[in-house]
Amino acid sequence: MTMQDETIVSAVISILVENESGVLARVIGLFSGRGYNIESLTVAPVEQSRHQSRINIVTSGTPQVIEQIKAQVGRLVPVYRVANLTQVGPHVAREMALVKVVSSGEARTEALRIAEAFRARAVDTTATSFVFELTGATEKLDSFIDLMRPLGLAEVSRTGVAAIIRGPRTI
Amino acid sequence: MNATPNLNDLKPNTHAHGADVVLSGAEVLLRVLVDQGVDVIFGYPGGAVLPIYDALFRQNAVRHILVRHEQAAVHAAEAYARSTGKVGVVLVTSGPGATNAVTGLVDALMDSIPVVCFTGQVGVPLIGTDAFQEADTTGITRQATKHNYLVKNPADLARVAHEAFHIARSGRPGPVVVDLPKNISVGPAPYVPASRAPHPSYRPQSEPEREAVVRAVAAMKRARRPLFYTGGGVINAGPQACEALGRLLRKTGFPCTSTLMGLGCYPTTDRQFLGMLGMHGTYEANLATHGCDVLVALGARFDDRVTGRLDAFSPGSFKIHADIEPSQINKIVQVDVPIVGDAGRVIEMMLEEWDRQDGASDPAALAQWWQQIEAWRGIRSLHFDQDMTPSAIIRPQHAVRRLYELAMETGRDTFVSTEVGQHQMWAAQHFQFDRPNRWLTSGGLGTMGYGLPAAVGAQIAHPDALVIDIAGEASTLMNIQELGTIAQYRLPVKIFILNNQYMGMVRQWQELLHGSRYSESYSAALPDFIRLAESFHAKGMRATCVGELDDVIRAMLAEPGAVVADICVAQDENCYPMIPSGAAHNQMLLGPEQEGEVKVSAEGRMLV
Repeated sequence: MTMQDETIVSAVISILVENESGVLARVIGLFSGRGYNIESLTVAPVEQSRHQSRINIVTSGTPQVIEQIKAQVGRLVPVYRVANLTQVGPHVAREMALVKVVSSGEARTEALRIAEAFRARAVDTTATSFVFELTGATEKLDSFIDLMRPLGLAEVSRTGVAAIIRGPRTI
Repeated sequence: MNATPNLNDLKPNTHAHGADVVLSGAEVLLRVLVDQGVDVIFGYPGGAVLPIYDALFRQNAVRHILVRHEQAAVHAAEAYARSTGKVGVVLVTSGPGATNAVTGLVDALMDSIPVVCFTGQVGVPLIGTDAFQEADTTGITRQATKHNYLVKNPADLARVAHEAFHIARSGRPGPVVVDLPKNISVGPAPYVPASRAPHPSYRPQSEPEREAVVRAVAAMKRARRPLFYTGGGVINAGPQACEALGRLLRKTGFPCTSTLMGLGCYPTTDRQFLGMLGMHGTYEANLATHGCDVLVALGARFDDRVTGRLDAFSPGSFKIHADIEPSQINKIVQVDVPIVGDAGRVIEMMLEEWDRQDGASDPAALAQWWQQIEAWRGIRSLHFDQDMTPSAIIRPQHAVRRLYELAMETGRDTFVSTEVGQHQMWAAQHFQFDRPNRWLTSGGLGTMGYGLPAAVGAQIAHPDALVIDIAGEASTLMNIQELGTIAQYRLPVKIFILNNQYMGMVRQWQELLHGSRYSESYSAALPDFIRLAESFHAKGMRATCVGELDDVIRAMLAEPGAVVADICVAQDENCYPMIPSGAAHNQMLLGPEQEGEVKVSAEGRMLV
């Protein structure tokens, strides 16, 4: 018998679904009903002509649990394809954040300087505030937000991860 | 729409003349049922389904069985499905009609039973307004079904209804709900026949990969201590699959055990059958599972009642697991050869490969393995001593044994349903099933109250057969209202109550784990079952001692109508053998004399 691997790993699961009412609830209900984690989730139509949407879920668990997640999601009737991008191989995973910083004086200048270094764009500017738009890997967004914290960080809105396989392969 | 067509004139494929005929949604639905080969549905009317009941009234192709509670409609449909291999069909109204059906739906989901349940819904414009008898049925049943639909557009109705049948019966079977707003069943809707095109996203795999079966058979040929572990999936694969299993067992000479749901897929009276495995399985089945070197799981899912303590489950064996549902593989137990496919196809392919591959399993090793198994069998783990003095108290195991023996004497095709609890385990242990589809029980969900409506469904499907509900007095009261259905349709169902005046399995666990503090498990204020039967136009009988038992069973079997037999059995009897929660297969308790040795860990207590 193979011994079970108890290490917790992170995985990006991409799911191509029929764009029908309730399909997101099916996927989310499955995760909550079976006690799987959802660290982030994105969903949007990707193939209007074929009524398909893509759901990207960042989750974590033992390799056995991740494999179960894939199989359980695959059971759902409106699911076309499901892939564990982390297992498939190299992939791009990006998310976007809108970060509001309210400050003045030295902190305001410092915030702008750091934003430039992160290639964040100021998409809204007032005398006392900035809204920065930043795209990148989750870790990059995390560290940007950490740096903004002492500089008047007021509010954060993040999209969650969108992911795709590198190279010519598709899911 | 002024001339409403009579459904009897609308036989399938008469579309040439009917091209201009406009049907109502309700009529389209009934035509789908006819096309799908449905001849009986179980249901209960209400406001949101009145148009469908009106259409039912004006046709004769589909028979409607009026139950007394929607939960019972689903259980009856489950038993109808399980005993015929067809899809069971349910029709209930919106709101409470749908919510009452939920327990039955989850029961069918857990036990992989094909059921299509049509639920009424308030009209589309009223959805979301907290209308009278409105419930979010698709929301509530999303995790209770294999799939569900809300039909909002009349153009989708026929396609969705056909698709519901396809999804319910294909792959791993299960329940499907179709929620029908009232305006959809009232208004006009186009009829379309079932599509032959494959479903765009749902494509279950029933054909196994040859390479996996080749590896499995190679391991089986090397085996010195092999064991087949069969489950409900073999029964779902159909009688041909069960017949093929018989050939595979004869060809290999291997022993076979079965789950609760799999009983009957191989004759339980045959020497190669070791009895059920798991918590209340036989000593030989569990010890063989523990000691085998190659375990071949067919259509079974390593349920916790089967495996006991996981890290001690069949340690050291090479595991082959065939299941039609990929998510069942490596879910609980990591296996060496996974095979995704229909159990019947897997067995057929194993038979081919067994002939194709050279060599056979070492006959000396196999003989030695059988010798070991026979030694375990010699323990006679199901043995009990019945005092045969006429005034002696009836032991429940004896009652089931005699029921089996006397039922066999009638020579009739016999179907047995059960409720849930001790009596269910005694029925599984002491009633024998030499053919599939004759054992109807709630395995996964463990639904008390399943057996009586299940007997209704089985008797509707097999009007001339002997249908017995082996019941406990507590469980059967959960759906006792179905005595009304039994009376209305003159169903000759035999309700055989092992009455120990306790929720016996609860009492047993309280005795073993909670210092015999029988908290709320006593069946107080029981009805007089004889008078209860009589008030529902059935025959009531009672046996209070061994001397009366055979006469009561004979009278019950001879009675042309329905019978409630109140069999007063020993109150303190516990169900043995058993593997205490959290223990391993080789740590079985064989009888009460070992009770003192029960040391259920804190972890085990959690598993109860």
